[in-house]
Amino acid sequence: MATHRDLPTGMLSNLFLDTGSPSFTEFLGNYAPDLLPGRRDALATPAGADLPHATTIVAATCAGGVVMAGDRRATSGNMISQRDVEKVWRTDDFSCMGIAGTASSGIEMARLYKVELEHYEKREGRTLSVEGKANRLATMIRGNLPMAMQGLVVVPLFAAYDPEEGKGRIFSYDVAGGPYEQRNYHMIGSGSIFARGSLKKLYREDAEPQEAVLACLQALYDAADEDSATGGPDVTRSIWPIVAVITEEGFNRLPDEEVAGLVRTMLDGRMNRPDGPIAPLR
Amino acid sequence: MSMPFGYVPAEQQMRDKADYARKGIARGRSSVVLQYEHGILFVAHNASRALHKISEIYDRIGFAAVGRYNEFEALRLGGIRYADVNGYTYDRGDVTARGLANLYAQSLGMIFTESIKPYEVEIVVAEVGRSAEEDEIYKLTFDGSVTDEHGMVAIGGQAEAVAGRLKERYHDGMTLPEALQAGVAALTEPDGERPPTSQMEVAVLDRNRPHRKFLRLTGARLERLLGDTAPKAAEPEPPAAEEPKNSGPDAPTAPDGDIDTGSGD
Repeated sequence: MATHRDLPTGMLSNLFLDTGSPSFTEFLGNYAPDLLPGRRDALATPAGADLPHATTIVAATCAGGVVMAGDRRATSGNMISQRDVEKVWRTDDFSCMGIAGTASSGIEMARLYKVELEHYEKREGRTLSVEGKANRLATMIRGNLPMAMQGLVVVPLFAAYDPEEGKGRIFSYDVAGGPYEQRNYHMIGSGSIFARGSLKKLYREDAEPQEAVLACLQALYDAADEDSATGGPDVTRSIWPIVAVITEEGFNRLPDEEVAGLVRTMLDGRMNRPDGPIAPLR
Repeated sequence: MSMPFGYVPAEQQMRDKADYARKGIARGRSSVVLQYEHGILFVAHNASRALHKISEIYDRIGFAAVGRYNEFEALRLGGIRYADVNGYTYDRGDVTARGLANLYAQSLGMIFTESIKPYEVEIVVAEVGRSAEEDEIYKLTFDGSVTDEHGMVAIGGQAEAVAGRLKERYHDGMTLPEALQAGVAALTEPDGERPPTSQMEVAVLDRNRPHRKFLRLTGARLERLLGDTAPKAAEPEPPAAEEPKNSGPDAPTAPDGDIDTGSGD
Protein backbone atom coordinates (compact mmCIF):
# COMPACT_ATOMS: atom_id res chain seq x y z
CA MET A 1 0.00 0.00 0.00
CA ALA A 2 1.28 3.39 -0.98
CA THR A 3 2.25 5.72 1.82
CA HIS A 4 1.59 9.37 1.85
CA ARG A 5 4.53 11.25 3.24
CA ASP A 6 2.54 14.09 4.79
CA LEU A 7 0.42 11.98 7.05
CA PRO A 8 1.00 10.25 10.37
CA THR A 9 1.77 6.57 9.89
CA GLY A 10 -1.22 4.40 9.19
CA MET A 11 -3.51 7.35 8.67
CA LEU A 12 -4.02 6.97 4.94
CA SER A 13 -5.94 3.72 5.18
CA ASN A 14 -8.34 5.39 7.61
CA LEU A 15 -8.96 8.67 5.82
CA PHE A 16 -11.73 7.29 3.66
CA LEU A 17 -13.38 5.27 6.39
CA ASP A 18 -16.41 7.10 7.58
CA THR A 19 -16.47 7.10 11.35
CA GLY A 20 -20.02 8.39 11.31
CA SER A 21 -19.08 11.22 13.62
CA PRO A 22 -18.65 14.79 12.44
CA SER A 23 -16.11 15.42 15.20
CA PHE A 24 -12.52 15.97 14.15
CA THR A 25 -11.29 15.36 17.69
CA GLU A 26 -12.97 11.98 17.75
CA PHE A 27 -11.38 11.05 14.43
CA LEU A 28 -7.94 12.02 15.72
CA GLY A 29 -8.61 10.20 18.97
CA ASN A 30 -9.30 6.99 17.04
CA TYR A 31 -6.54 7.14 14.47
CA ALA A 32 -3.85 9.56 15.64
CA PRO A 33 -4.28 10.03 19.40
CA ASP A 34 -0.73 11.32 19.72
CA LEU A 35 -1.75 14.49 17.98
CA LEU A 36 -4.34 15.38 20.57
CA PRO A 37 -3.41 17.65 23.43
CA GLY A 38 -3.84 16.41 26.97
CA ARG A 39 -3.51 12.68 26.35
CA ARG A 40 0.07 12.31 27.47
CA ASP A 41 1.14 10.12 30.33
CA ALA A 42 0.96 11.70 33.74
CA LEU A 43 3.77 14.11 34.44
CA ALA A 44 6.41 12.98 36.91
CA THR A 45 6.06 16.20 38.85
CA PRO A 46 3.36 18.79 38.49
CA ALA A 47 4.42 21.54 36.12
CA GLY A 48 2.77 24.85 35.76
CA ALA A 49 4.07 27.76 37.73
CA ASP A 50 7.26 27.97 35.65
CA LEU A 51 5.50 27.81 32.31
CA PRO A 52 4.28 30.96 30.57
CA HIS A 53 0.77 31.95 31.63
CA ALA A 54 -1.73 34.01 29.77
CA THR A 55 -3.64 36.46 31.89
CA THR A 56 -6.62 38.76 31.48
CA ILE A 57 -9.47 38.55 28.95
CA VAL A 58 -12.67 40.60 29.08
CA ALA A 59 -15.82 40.24 27.00
CA ALA A 60 -18.95 42.37 26.89
CA THR A 61 -22.08 42.29 24.76
CA CYS A 62 -23.02 45.35 22.74
CA ALA A 63 -25.81 46.34 20.39
CA GLY A 64 -26.08 43.50 17.86
CA GLY A 65 -22.96 41.67 18.91
CA VAL A 66 -20.18 41.03 21.37
CA VAL A 67 -16.71 42.42 22.05
CA MET A 68 -13.71 40.51 23.42
CA ALA A 69 -10.41 42.06 24.39
CA GLY A 70 -7.22 40.67 25.87
CA ASP A 71 -3.96 42.10 27.14
CA ARG A 72 -0.67 41.01 25.56
CA ARG A 73 1.40 39.80 28.49
CA ALA A 74 2.50 36.25 29.27
CA THR A 75 4.28 35.62 32.56
CA SER A 76 6.22 32.76 34.09
CA GLY A 77 6.32 33.34 37.80
CA ASN A 78 7.55 36.86 38.31
CA MET A 79 9.12 37.08 34.83
CA ILE A 80 7.45 38.52 31.75
CA SER A 81 7.92 35.80 29.17
CA GLN A 82 6.29 37.58 26.23
CA ARG A 83 5.10 41.12 25.66
CA ASP A 84 3.01 40.56 22.57
CA VAL A 85 1.35 37.20 23.03
CA GLU A 86 -2.03 36.70 21.33
CA LYS A 87 -4.74 35.31 23.55
CA VAL A 88 -7.90 36.10 21.63
CA TRP A 89 -8.50 33.70 18.75
CA ARG A 90 -10.97 33.68 15.95
CA THR A 91 -12.57 30.23 16.05
CA ASP A 92 -14.94 30.66 13.11
CA ASP A 93 -16.73 33.47 11.28
CA PHE A 94 -19.03 34.20 14.21
CA SER A 95 -17.13 33.20 17.31
CA CYS A 96 -13.89 33.67 19.17
CA MET A 97 -12.22 32.45 22.33
CA GLY A 98 -9.80 33.98 24.77
CA ILE A 99 -7.54 31.87 26.95
CA ALA A 100 -6.19 32.25 30.45
CA GLY A 101 -3.88 29.78 32.15
CA THR A 102 -0.99 27.81 30.68
CA ALA A 103 -0.31 29.53 27.37
CA SER A 104 0.98 26.52 25.44
CA SER A 105 -1.95 24.27 26.35
CA GLY A 106 -4.35 27.10 25.60
CA ILE A 107 -2.90 27.72 22.16
CA GLU A 108 -3.10 24.01 21.36
CA MET A 109 -6.68 23.87 22.52
CA ALA A 110 -7.66 26.93 20.49
CA ARG A 111 -6.11 25.45 17.33
CA LEU A 112 -7.88 22.14 17.79
CA TYR A 113 -11.17 23.83 18.60
CA LYS A 114 -10.98 25.94 15.48
CA VAL A 115 -10.46 22.85 13.31
CA GLU A 116 -13.24 21.09 15.18
CA LEU A 117 -15.80 23.80 14.33
CA GLU A 118 -14.66 24.10 10.75
CA HIS A 119 -14.58 20.33 10.24
CA TYR A 120 -18.17 20.04 11.37
CA GLU A 121 -19.21 22.91 9.13
CA LYS A 122 -17.53 21.53 6.01
CA ARG A 123 -18.77 18.02 6.63
CA GLU A 124 -22.35 18.78 7.52
CA GLY A 125 -22.80 21.85 5.35
CA ARG A 126 -24.19 23.83 8.29
CA THR A 127 -22.78 25.79 11.19
CA LEU A 128 -23.16 24.46 14.72
CA SER A 129 -25.61 26.31 16.93
CA VAL A 130 -24.04 28.64 19.48
CA GLU A 131 -24.99 26.23 22.28
CA GLY A 132 -23.46 23.39 20.27
CA LYS A 133 -20.20 25.28 19.96
CA ALA A 134 -20.16 26.15 23.65
CA ASN A 135 -20.87 22.55 24.68
CA ARG A 136 -18.19 21.21 22.38
CA LEU A 137 -15.61 23.48 24.01
CA ALA A 138 -16.74 22.25 27.44
CA THR A 139 -16.01 18.66 26.40
CA MET A 140 -12.52 19.63 25.29
CA ILE A 141 -11.79 21.37 28.59
CA ARG A 142 -13.05 18.36 30.50
CA GLY A 143 -10.63 16.26 28.45
CA ASN A 144 -7.83 18.44 29.76
CA LEU A 145 -8.83 17.87 33.40
CA PRO A 146 -6.05 15.34 34.20
CA MET A 147 -3.52 17.83 32.87
CA ALA A 148 -5.16 20.64 34.82
CA MET A 149 -4.70 18.57 37.98
CA GLN A 150 -1.00 18.41 37.12
CA GLY A 151 -0.81 22.18 36.88
CA LEU A 152 -1.49 22.73 33.18
CA VAL A 153 -4.69 24.66 33.71
CA VAL A 154 -6.53 26.20 30.74
CA VAL A 155 -9.69 28.21 31.21
CA PRO A 156 -11.15 29.82 28.11
CA LEU A 157 -13.81 32.45 27.60
CA PHE A 158 -16.03 31.92 24.58
CA ALA A 159 -18.01 34.62 22.77
CA ALA A 160 -20.20 34.27 19.72
CA TYR A 161 -22.82 36.08 17.68
CA ASP A 162 -26.07 34.14 17.69
CA PRO A 163 -27.83 34.68 14.35
CA GLU A 164 -31.05 33.12 15.68
CA GLU A 165 -31.37 35.67 18.46
CA GLY A 166 -29.50 38.45 16.71
CA LYS A 167 -27.24 39.17 19.67
CA GLY A 168 -23.87 38.37 21.16
CA ARG A 169 -23.47 35.69 23.83
CA ILE A 170 -20.71 34.92 26.31
CA PHE A 171 -19.85 31.56 27.90
CA SER A 172 -17.38 30.90 30.68
CA TYR A 173 -15.84 27.65 31.91
CA ASP A 174 -13.97 26.16 34.82
CA VAL A 175 -11.19 23.55 34.76
CA ALA A 176 -13.72 20.72 34.67
CA GLY A 177 -15.76 22.12 31.79
CA GLY A 178 -19.00 24.04 31.75
CA PRO A 179 -20.36 26.02 29.98
CA TYR A 180 -21.86 28.80 32.06
CA GLU A 181 -23.62 31.39 30.01
CA GLN A 182 -22.92 34.91 31.27
CA ARG A 183 -25.17 37.90 30.94
CA ASN A 184 -23.74 41.17 29.64
CA TYR A 185 -20.07 40.75 30.47
CA HIS A 186 -17.50 38.41 31.90
CA MET A 187 -13.75 38.25 32.43
CA ILE A 188 -11.15 35.60 33.19
CA GLY A 189 -7.51 35.46 34.27
CA SER A 190 -5.41 36.90 37.06
CA GLY A 191 -6.55 40.48 36.51
CA SER A 192 -10.20 39.58 36.17
CA ILE A 193 -11.29 40.78 39.62
CA PHE A 194 -10.00 44.26 38.88
CA ALA A 195 -11.38 44.25 35.35
CA ARG A 196 -14.74 43.19 36.75
CA GLY A 197 -14.84 46.06 39.20
CA SER A 198 -14.06 48.45 36.41
CA LEU A 199 -16.35 47.07 33.73
CA LYS A 200 -19.23 46.74 36.18
CA LYS A 201 -19.31 50.54 36.43
CA LEU A 202 -18.62 51.27 32.76
CA TYR A 203 -20.84 48.70 31.05
CA ARG A 204 -23.98 49.98 29.34
CA GLU A 205 -26.48 47.53 27.95
CA ASP A 206 -26.89 47.90 24.17
CA ALA A 207 -24.01 50.31 23.82
CA GLU A 208 -22.61 50.76 20.31
CA PRO A 209 -19.73 48.35 19.58
CA GLN A 210 -17.17 51.13 19.75
CA GLU A 211 -18.39 52.20 23.21
CA ALA A 212 -18.20 48.61 24.41
CA VAL A 213 -14.65 48.35 23.02
CA LEU A 214 -13.66 51.46 24.95
CA ALA A 215 -15.21 50.06 28.14
CA CYS A 216 -13.24 46.81 27.69
CA LEU A 217 -10.00 48.74 27.12
CA GLN A 218 -10.63 50.74 30.30
CA ALA A 219 -11.25 47.51 32.20
CA LEU A 220 -8.02 45.99 30.87
CA TYR A 221 -6.12 49.10 31.87
CA ASP A 222 -7.52 48.91 35.38
CA ALA A 223 -6.56 45.23 35.56
CA ALA A 224 -3.01 46.04 34.44
CA ASP A 225 -2.92 48.85 36.98
CA GLU A 226 -3.48 46.48 39.90
CA ASP A 227 -2.25 43.10 38.67
CA SER A 228 1.42 42.66 37.78
CA ALA A 229 0.68 39.73 35.46
CA THR A 230 -1.56 41.81 33.21
CA GLY A 231 0.13 44.07 30.69
CA GLY A 232 -1.03 47.59 29.99
CA PRO A 233 -0.85 49.11 26.50
CA ASP A 234 2.82 49.41 25.51
CA VAL A 235 2.95 52.84 23.88
CA THR A 236 6.71 52.90 23.25
CA ARG A 237 6.66 49.56 21.42
CA SER A 238 3.22 50.07 19.87
CA ILE A 239 1.81 46.87 21.37
CA TRP A 240 -1.92 47.24 21.83
CA PRO A 241 -4.54 44.94 23.33
CA ILE A 242 -6.20 42.55 20.91
CA VAL A 243 -9.79 43.53 20.33
CA ALA A 244 -12.34 41.42 18.46
CA VAL A 245 -15.84 42.56 17.58
CA ILE A 246 -18.36 39.96 16.39
CA THR A 247 -21.60 41.14 14.84
CA GLU A 248 -23.96 40.06 12.10
CA GLU A 249 -21.11 40.91 9.71
CA GLY A 250 -18.91 38.28 11.31
CA PHE A 251 -15.66 38.27 13.23
CA ASN A 252 -13.57 41.41 12.99
CA ARG A 253 -10.28 41.87 14.74
CA LEU A 254 -9.81 45.62 15.00
CA PRO A 255 -6.69 46.79 13.16
CA ASP A 256 -3.84 48.00 15.36
CA GLU A 257 -4.22 51.61 14.19
CA GLU A 258 -7.83 51.70 15.33
CA VAL A 259 -7.03 50.20 18.74
CA ALA A 260 -4.09 52.61 19.04
CA GLY A 261 -6.45 55.54 18.46
CA LEU A 262 -8.86 54.31 21.14
CA VAL A 263 -6.03 53.60 23.58
CA ARG A 264 -4.63 57.10 23.08
CA THR A 265 -8.07 58.60 23.76
CA MET A 266 -8.20 56.59 26.97
CA LEU A 267 -4.66 57.57 27.98
CA ASP A 268 -5.36 61.25 27.33
CA GLY A 269 -8.31 61.02 29.70
CA ARG A 270 -6.20 59.28 32.31
CA MET A 271 -3.55 62.00 32.17
CA ASN A 272 -5.96 64.14 34.18
CA ARG A 273 -7.70 61.32 36.00
CA PRO A 274 -5.30 58.38 36.46
CA ASP A 275 -8.01 56.08 37.81
CA GLY A 276 -10.13 56.50 34.72
CA PRO A 277 -13.71 57.71 34.21
CA ILE A 278 -15.95 57.94 37.27
CA ALA A 279 -19.45 56.53 37.32
CA PRO A 280 -22.31 58.72 38.59
CA LEU A 281 -23.35 58.06 42.20
CA ARG A 282 -27.04 57.85 41.42
CA MET B 1 -0.10 -24.03 -20.64
CA SER B 2 -3.82 -24.00 -20.09
CA MET B 3 -5.72 -20.94 -18.88
CA PRO B 4 -7.79 -21.41 -15.72
CA PHE B 5 -11.53 -21.42 -16.23
CA GLY B 6 -13.02 -17.94 -16.25
CA TYR B 7 -9.71 -16.22 -16.95
CA VAL B 8 -10.07 -12.66 -18.25
CA PRO B 9 -6.96 -10.91 -19.53
CA ALA B 10 -5.97 -7.83 -17.54
CA GLU B 11 -6.33 -5.66 -20.61
CA GLN B 12 -9.91 -6.75 -21.08
CA GLN B 13 -10.67 -6.25 -17.39
CA MET B 14 -9.37 -2.69 -17.40
CA ARG B 15 -11.24 -1.87 -20.59
CA ASP B 16 -14.49 -3.22 -19.15
CA LYS B 17 -14.04 -1.27 -15.93
CA ALA B 18 -13.25 1.93 -17.81
CA ASP B 19 -16.32 1.49 -20.03
CA TYR B 20 -18.46 0.83 -17.00
CA ALA B 21 -17.20 3.97 -15.23
CA ARG B 22 -17.59 6.14 -18.33
CA LYS B 23 -21.17 5.00 -18.81
CA GLY B 24 -21.99 5.82 -15.21
CA ILE B 25 -20.47 9.28 -15.46
CA ALA B 26 -22.16 9.97 -18.81
CA ARG B 27 -25.58 9.67 -17.16
CA GLY B 28 -24.93 12.63 -14.86
CA ARG B 29 -24.98 16.34 -15.46
CA SER B 30 -21.82 18.32 -16.02
CA SER B 31 -19.96 20.88 -13.94
CA VAL B 32 -17.42 23.53 -14.89
CA VAL B 33 -14.59 25.18 -13.01
CA LEU B 34 -12.97 28.32 -14.39
CA GLN B 35 -10.72 31.15 -13.32
CA TYR B 36 -11.96 34.73 -13.10
CA GLU B 37 -10.18 37.93 -12.15
CA HIS B 38 -10.40 37.42 -8.36
CA GLY B 39 -10.20 33.65 -8.11
CA ILE B 40 -11.85 30.45 -9.20
CA LEU B 41 -15.53 29.88 -10.00
CA PHE B 42 -17.39 26.57 -9.67
CA VAL B 43 -20.69 26.06 -11.49
CA ALA B 44 -22.71 22.85 -11.36
CA HIS B 45 -26.10 21.89 -12.69
CA ASN B 46 -27.58 20.26 -9.60
CA ALA B 47 -31.25 19.56 -9.11
CA SER B 48 -30.75 18.68 -5.45
CA ARG B 49 -30.44 21.43 -2.90
CA ALA B 50 -29.30 19.12 -0.13
CA LEU B 51 -26.69 16.99 -1.85
CA HIS B 52 -23.86 19.23 -2.90
CA LYS B 53 -21.54 18.67 -5.84
CA ILE B 54 -19.32 21.58 -4.87
CA SER B 55 -17.65 21.89 -1.51
CA GLU B 56 -15.01 23.59 0.54
CA ILE B 57 -12.04 21.43 1.49
CA TYR B 58 -9.76 23.93 3.17
CA ASP B 59 -8.88 27.63 3.37
CA ARG B 60 -7.87 27.97 -0.27
CA ILE B 61 -9.06 24.65 -1.71
CA GLY B 62 -12.37 23.79 -3.31
CA PHE B 63 -13.81 20.56 -4.70
CA ALA B 64 -16.25 19.79 -7.50
CA ALA B 65 -17.46 16.36 -8.52
CA VAL B 66 -19.82 14.55 -10.83
CA GLY B 67 -21.01 10.97 -10.88
CA ARG B 68 -22.26 8.77 -8.08
CA TYR B 69 -23.05 10.78 -4.99
CA ASN B 70 -22.08 8.26 -2.33
CA GLU B 71 -18.72 7.71 -3.98
CA PHE B 72 -17.65 11.30 -4.41
CA GLU B 73 -19.05 12.16 -0.99
CA ALA B 74 -16.70 9.58 0.52
CA LEU B 75 -13.83 11.17 -1.39
CA ARG B 76 -14.88 14.65 -0.28
CA LEU B 77 -15.01 13.63 3.40
CA GLY B 78 -11.65 11.90 3.09
CA GLY B 79 -10.22 15.04 1.54
CA ILE B 80 -11.54 17.20 4.35
CA ARG B 81 -10.02 14.83 6.91
CA TYR B 82 -6.72 14.83 5.04
CA ALA B 83 -6.65 18.64 4.90
CA ASP B 84 -7.69 19.12 8.52
CA VAL B 85 -5.22 16.55 9.86
CA ASN B 86 -2.39 18.07 7.84
CA GLY B 87 -3.26 21.65 8.70
CA TYR B 88 -3.52 20.74 12.37
CA THR B 89 -0.30 18.70 12.42
CA TYR B 90 1.78 21.29 10.57
CA ASP B 91 0.40 24.66 9.57
CA ARG B 92 -2.61 25.88 7.64
CA GLY B 93 -0.35 27.01 4.81
CA ASP B 94 1.02 23.48 4.39
CA VAL B 95 -2.22 22.09 2.99
CA THR B 96 -2.04 22.14 -0.81
CA ALA B 97 -4.26 21.11 -3.69
CA ARG B 98 -1.32 19.18 -5.13
CA GLY B 99 -1.09 16.99 -2.04
CA LEU B 100 -4.82 16.44 -2.09
CA ALA B 101 -4.83 15.61 -5.82
CA ASN B 102 -2.08 13.07 -5.14
CA LEU B 103 -4.09 11.49 -2.38
CA TYR B 104 -7.17 11.23 -4.60
CA ALA B 105 -5.09 9.88 -7.48
CA GLN B 106 -3.67 7.13 -5.27
CA SER B 107 -7.01 6.28 -3.81
CA LEU B 108 -8.90 6.27 -7.13
CA GLY B 109 -6.12 4.33 -8.85
CA MET B 110 -6.15 1.68 -6.17
CA ILE B 111 -9.93 1.34 -6.28
CA PHE B 112 -9.84 1.11 -10.08
CA THR B 113 -7.34 -1.74 -10.14
CA GLU B 114 -8.29 -3.63 -7.01
CA SER B 115 -12.05 -3.58 -6.67
CA ILE B 116 -14.58 -5.16 -8.96
CA LYS B 117 -16.46 -1.94 -9.48
CA PRO B 118 -14.55 1.28 -10.19
CA TYR B 119 -15.77 4.61 -8.83
CA GLU B 120 -18.01 6.39 -11.34
CA VAL B 121 -16.74 9.87 -10.56
CA GLU B 122 -14.80 12.77 -11.98
CA ILE B 123 -13.33 15.33 -9.65
CA VAL B 124 -11.80 18.78 -9.79
CA VAL B 125 -9.57 20.03 -7.00
CA ALA B 126 -8.74 23.73 -7.21
CA GLU B 127 -6.58 25.99 -5.10
CA VAL B 128 -6.67 29.76 -5.30
CA GLY B 129 -3.29 31.47 -5.04
CA ARG B 130 -2.25 35.04 -4.34
CA SER B 131 -2.46 35.83 -8.06
CA ALA B 132 -4.09 34.18 -11.08
CA GLU B 133 -0.71 32.69 -12.06
CA GLU B 134 -0.55 30.84 -8.75
CA ASP B 135 -4.01 29.28 -9.08
CA GLU B 136 -3.99 25.52 -9.46
CA ILE B 137 -6.70 23.35 -10.99
CA TYR B 138 -6.45 19.55 -11.13
CA LYS B 139 -8.86 17.21 -12.82
CA LEU B 140 -9.03 13.59 -11.71
CA THR B 141 -10.79 10.77 -13.46
CA PHE B 142 -12.13 7.42 -12.26
CA ASP B 143 -8.84 5.57 -12.87
CA GLY B 144 -6.76 8.00 -10.84
CA SER B 145 -5.18 9.93 -13.69
CA VAL B 146 -4.53 13.58 -12.92
CA THR B 147 -4.35 16.47 -15.34
CA ASP B 148 -3.15 19.92 -14.47
CA GLU B 149 -5.59 22.38 -16.06
CA HIS B 150 -5.24 26.05 -16.82
CA GLY B 151 -8.05 28.54 -17.04
CA MET B 152 -11.04 26.24 -17.28
CA VAL B 153 -12.16 22.63 -17.08
CA ALA B 154 -15.39 20.71 -17.54
CA ILE B 155 -16.34 17.37 -16.00
CA GLY B 156 -19.33 15.07 -16.33
CA GLY B 157 -21.52 13.45 -18.92
CA GLN B 158 -21.06 15.82 -21.83
CA ALA B 159 -17.70 17.15 -20.68
CA GLU B 160 -16.27 17.52 -24.17
CA ALA B 161 -19.20 19.44 -25.60
CA VAL B 162 -19.39 21.60 -22.47
CA ALA B 163 -15.66 22.27 -22.55
CA GLY B 164 -15.98 23.27 -26.20
CA ARG B 165 -18.73 25.76 -25.45
CA LEU B 166 -16.81 27.07 -22.44
CA LYS B 167 -13.63 27.53 -24.45
CA GLU B 168 -15.46 29.72 -26.96
CA ARG B 169 -16.49 32.07 -24.18
CA TYR B 170 -13.54 31.93 -21.85
CA HIS B 171 -10.77 34.49 -21.71
CA ASP B 172 -8.29 35.48 -19.01
CA GLY B 173 -9.30 38.00 -16.38
CA MET B 174 -13.08 37.76 -16.77
CA THR B 175 -15.21 39.51 -14.16
CA LEU B 176 -17.37 37.32 -11.91
CA PRO B 177 -20.64 38.00 -13.81
CA GLU B 178 -18.89 37.34 -17.12
CA ALA B 179 -17.35 34.12 -15.87
CA LEU B 180 -20.62 32.98 -14.35
CA GLN B 181 -22.50 33.64 -17.56
CA ALA B 182 -19.86 31.82 -19.56
CA GLY B 183 -20.12 28.86 -17.18
CA VAL B 184 -23.89 28.76 -17.28
CA ALA B 185 -23.93 29.14 -21.07
CA ALA B 186 -21.49 26.25 -21.34
CA LEU B 187 -23.78 24.07 -19.23
CA THR B 188 -26.75 24.99 -21.42
CA GLU B 189 -27.41 22.73 -24.39
CA PRO B 190 -27.38 24.57 -27.71
CA ASP B 191 -30.98 25.66 -28.46
CA GLY B 192 -31.87 24.40 -24.99
CA GLU B 193 -33.31 26.16 -21.98
CA ARG B 194 -30.91 27.57 -19.45
CA PRO B 195 -31.13 25.55 -16.21
CA PRO B 196 -33.29 27.46 -13.69
CA THR B 197 -31.39 29.39 -11.03
CA SER B 198 -32.75 27.05 -8.37
CA GLN B 199 -30.88 24.19 -10.06
CA MET B 200 -27.55 25.98 -10.27
CA GLU B 201 -24.99 25.29 -7.59
CA VAL B 202 -22.43 28.08 -7.65
CA ALA B 203 -19.43 28.84 -5.44
CA VAL B 204 -16.21 30.82 -5.65
CA LEU B 205 -12.76 30.72 -4.15
CA ASP B 206 -12.23 34.46 -3.84
CA ARG B 207 -8.59 35.36 -3.21
CA ASN B 208 -9.61 38.70 -1.65
CA ARG B 209 -11.57 37.13 1.17
CA PRO B 210 -9.87 36.85 4.55
CA HIS B 211 -9.30 33.45 6.20
CA ARG B 212 -11.44 30.99 4.26
CA LYS B 213 -11.71 31.84 0.57
CA PHE B 214 -14.63 29.57 -0.27
CA LEU B 215 -18.05 31.16 -0.61
CA ARG B 216 -21.33 29.75 -1.89
CA LEU B 217 -23.34 32.11 -4.07
CA THR B 218 -27.04 31.59 -3.47
CA GLY B 219 -30.39 33.30 -3.48
CA ALA B 220 -30.73 36.95 -4.40
CA ARG B 221 -27.00 37.39 -4.90
CA LEU B 222 -26.83 34.62 -7.47
CA GLU B 223 -29.91 35.90 -9.27
CA ARG B 224 -28.37 39.35 -9.45
CA LEU B 225 -25.15 37.93 -10.87
CA LEU B 226 -27.04 35.86 -13.39
CA GLY B 227 -28.93 38.97 -14.47
CA ASP B 228 -32.30 37.51 -13.56
CA THR B 229 -33.58 40.90 -12.50
CA ALA B 230 -34.74 41.81 -15.97
CA PRO B 231 -36.47 45.16 -15.24
CA LYS B 232 -33.20 46.69 -14.07
CA ALA B 233 -31.46 45.87 -17.30
CA ALA B 234 -34.28 47.34 -19.35
CA GLU B 235 -33.52 50.91 -18.32
CA PRO B 236 -29.95 51.77 -19.20
CA GLU B 237 -28.63 54.50 -16.92
CA PRO B 238 -26.57 57.15 -18.71
CA PRO B 239 -23.65 57.38 -16.24
CA ALA B 240 -23.16 53.62 -16.00
CA ALA B 241 -23.84 53.01 -19.66
CA GLU B 242 -20.77 50.84 -20.13
CA GLU B 243 -21.33 48.53 -17.24
CA PRO B 244 -24.66 46.97 -18.19
CA LYS B 245 -23.20 46.29 -21.59
CA ASN B 246 -20.27 44.33 -20.17
CA SER B 247 -22.23 42.40 -17.59
CA GLY B 248 -24.73 41.55 -20.38
CA PRO B 249 -27.82 40.44 -18.45
CA ASP B 250 -29.25 38.68 -21.47
CA ALA B 251 -26.09 36.85 -22.32
CA PRO B 252 -26.65 33.45 -20.65
CA THR B 253 -28.90 32.14 -23.38
CA ALA B 254 -27.25 33.98 -26.23
CA PRO B 255 -24.09 32.08 -27.18
CA ASP B 256 -22.89 34.86 -29.46
CA GLY B 257 -23.42 37.60 -26.88
CA ASP B 258 -20.80 40.21 -26.18
CA ILE B 259 -19.07 38.18 -23.51
CA ASP B 260 -16.64 36.33 -25.75
CA THR B 261 -15.17 39.37 -27.47
CA GLY B 262 -11.89 39.10 -25.63
CA SER B 263 -11.20 35.43 -26.31
CA GLY B 264 -8.01 35.18 -28.29
CA ASP B 265 -7.89 31.41 -28.62
